[in-house]
Amino acid sequence: MSPTIYLLLSALLFAIGAVGVLVRRNAIVVFMCIELMLNAVNLTLVTFSRINGSLGGQIMAFFVMVVAAAEVVVGLSIIMAIFRTRRTTSVDDANLLKY
Amino acid sequence: MAAAPLPEVLPAEGAAGVAWLLVALPALGALVLFVGGRRTDRWGHLLGVATVVASFVVAAVLFAGSLAQPVEERVRELPLYDWFAVGALNVEFGLRIDPLSITFALLITGVGSLIHIYSVGYMSHDPERRKFFAQLNLFVAAMLVLVLGNGFVTLYLGWEGVGLASYLLIGFYTGRRTAGSAAKKAFLMNRVGDVGLALAIFILFLDLGTTQYAEVFARAGELSPGSLTAITLLLLLGACGKSGQFPLQAWLPDAMEGPTPVSALIHAATMVTAGVYLIARANPLYDLAPVGQLVVTIVGAITLVLGAIIGCAYDDIKKVLAYSTVSQIGYMMLAVGLGPVGYAAALAHLLAHGFFKAGLFLGAGSVMHGMADETDMRRFGGLWRHMPVTFWTFTFGYLALIGFPFLSGYFTKDLIIEASLTAGPVAGWIFGVAALLAAGLTAFYMTRLMLMTFFGPERWRDLHPRRIDPSDLEDPPEHYHPHESASSMTVPMMLLAVGSIGAGAFLVLGERLADYLEPSIGAFVEPAELPAVFPTGLVPVFASILMVAGAGAAYLAVGRRPVPVERPQRVSLPVRAARADLFANAINEGLIARPGIWLSRALVYLDNRGVDGAVNGTAALLGGSSGRLRRTQTGFVRSYALTILGGSVVLVAALLTVGAFS
Repeated sequence: MSPTIYLLLSALLFAIGAVGVLVRRNAIVVFMCIELMLNAVNLTLVTFSRINGSLGGQIMAFFVMVVAAAEVVVGLSIIMAIFRTRRTTSVDDANLLKY
Repeated sequence: MAAAPLPEVLPAEGAAGVAWLLVALPALGALVLFVGGRRTDRWGHLLGVATVVASFVVAAVLFAGSLAQPVEERVRELPLYDWFAVGALNVEFGLRIDPLSITFALLITGVGSLIHIYSVGYMSHDPERRKFFAQLNLFVAAMLVLVLGNGFVTLYLGWEGVGLASYLLIGFYTGRRTAGSAAKKAFLMNRVGDVGLALAIFILFLDLGTTQYAEVFARAGELSPGSLTAITLLLLLGACGKSGQFPLQAWLPDAMEGPTPVSALIHAATMVTAGVYLIARANPLYDLAPVGQLVVTIVGAITLVLGAIIGCAYDDIKKVLAYSTVSQIGYMMLAVGLGPVGYAAALAHLLAHGFFKAGLFLGAGSVMHGMADETDMRRFGGLWRHMPVTFWTFTFGYLALIGFPFLSGYFTKDLIIEASLTAGPVAGWIFGVAALLAAGLTAFYMTRLMLMTFFGPERWRDLHPRRIDPSDLEDPPEHYHPHESASSMTVPMMLLAVGSIGAGAFLVLGERLADYLEPSIGAFVEPAELPAVFPTGLVPVFASILMVAGAGAAYLAVGRRPVPVERPQRVSLPVRAARADLFANAINEGLIARPGIWLSRALVYLDNRGVDGAVNGTAALLGGSSGRLRRTQTGFVRSYALTILGGSVVLVAALLTVGAFS
């Protein structure tokens, strides 16, 4: 099977994630979309690793997973904190940090 | 013409080694009196007199020492220390002890001593007498630095020092608004001249790399004609400022706001002659610059006529004398501009003038002292009976000034007139006629002054003394009580009267002064030896005729007719012009002050709107645009995300485009 199809798949997943981040208001969904984009990138990395025959891309993917796991911890706790104080998970309601 | 070789400059030795005391003594006096403040009030005036008299003794010792030496060894220098050395500029502070500087030192300390003694009496009622003596001592010290310095920079130090002292002393009556503005006027107009002097020194340094007299004069031939002309004209500008010469003469009459001894010492006998000294000192430069010499003579000729004309119109006794000073210094300038034929004549007239003009001013001060500080001659009259000593000393000064035969002015002024006739075919006529005409005018205004002050009916009998200044706290007395002044005032006047009688004959006959000054100003050339436009032997005759004519005209004008106490307002145009200083103030105002104000206003406008506008405009632009850009920080996370995405897309697109074309 041609590796191109994996690249197309990852591009599709990335696009879905990006659109999701831009159009959805719910912080949890936005968060999930970000995860989707990260994993789309991981898929790309692994595919290129396979194409080039080197392990660098796969190692990179592991790093991305670790960072994503840490990010989930931090991100979810922020969302929890916001929810507790403002009783909402809409990202548009957390807009005090502005001009 | 080829300049005679300059005498060699030798180091000072023997008695000349103490020449520094000349300057140090009055400087010390000024320092003690300034720093000591009120604690020295009781004996301050005595210290002031003592330092100047001691200085005079030193000057006399130097003079005797100089006479004892052979003529070619009379130019000596006493180096004191290296003042400053910056790069190629090395300025040594030293004293030049040659006949010219010794002559000036004698005049300054001699007349200065007499005027210090006079001031003890004149200022006895003034609570600020100590301050007065401190400033007077400062003046003497600065003036001695000016004439004794061995380089142009040292001269400049003294030049500014006398300017400062003059400013302080003109404004001595700090309560009077007019005194303050007169002091400022004198200071500012002197600045105009000082710029010229400073620029001349800069050019000298640029071209020769030195500002010491000895080197500059020895290497004067290396200067290009252009820079010689520039230097001499700029030095003349400095001289015009200090000596009250056209076109910078307007400050000198106003300087009469100072106490009368100041007018006598600074604004008649010494400081105002510094310009003549400067040109006489720089004679090796002027001898090589015919254009500079010609301009000096023209300035002198204009000033001597202008001063004499204005002097005829004033009623203020001190202002008449002030314009007389302007006019007489004009004679000296005319003479120094004529070259070797005139240097000695100018200096002889300077010394004689120092005596008789100082005597006249002290006499005027004595009159004011007895007449409740009044200076308006229309309120005087018949004073000779009440102040005999003042009257007689004043008379001798008067006769000397108008050139009465065989008194001081007769010899020295005639020498200048004779010299001016040798200036050339056309110039000789112009200068000679101007000098003779002004001699007649001098006789007119001085006779008018004498008649109005000392003769005629006693107009003051029916008048009440006026408050001289609105801010005076003391009420003027009810009536005038003219009385003779104390002996501390009359004795100096008598000594100066002796000088007025004999100085001219002593200096000019047998060419005593000219021979003595030869090492400094070159050999004297007799006017009779040069081609003149008019037989010089006839000058005394014509001068005497004009003197009698002027005096007679004055007698007809004010002696025969009663003098109105109030100044007549309906007068002819020439009188009106002369009363307005021939519009000198208006011209200064119109040509210098107004354009200056406009220029500074334009510059202020340019600064506020242009420079500040550019700076503030940049700041406002940045502030305004960042205020707009700030609005993009909406606080919505999703819009930031869109921006990031858009940015990334653009970046990737750019990279792809570049990659596609490379």
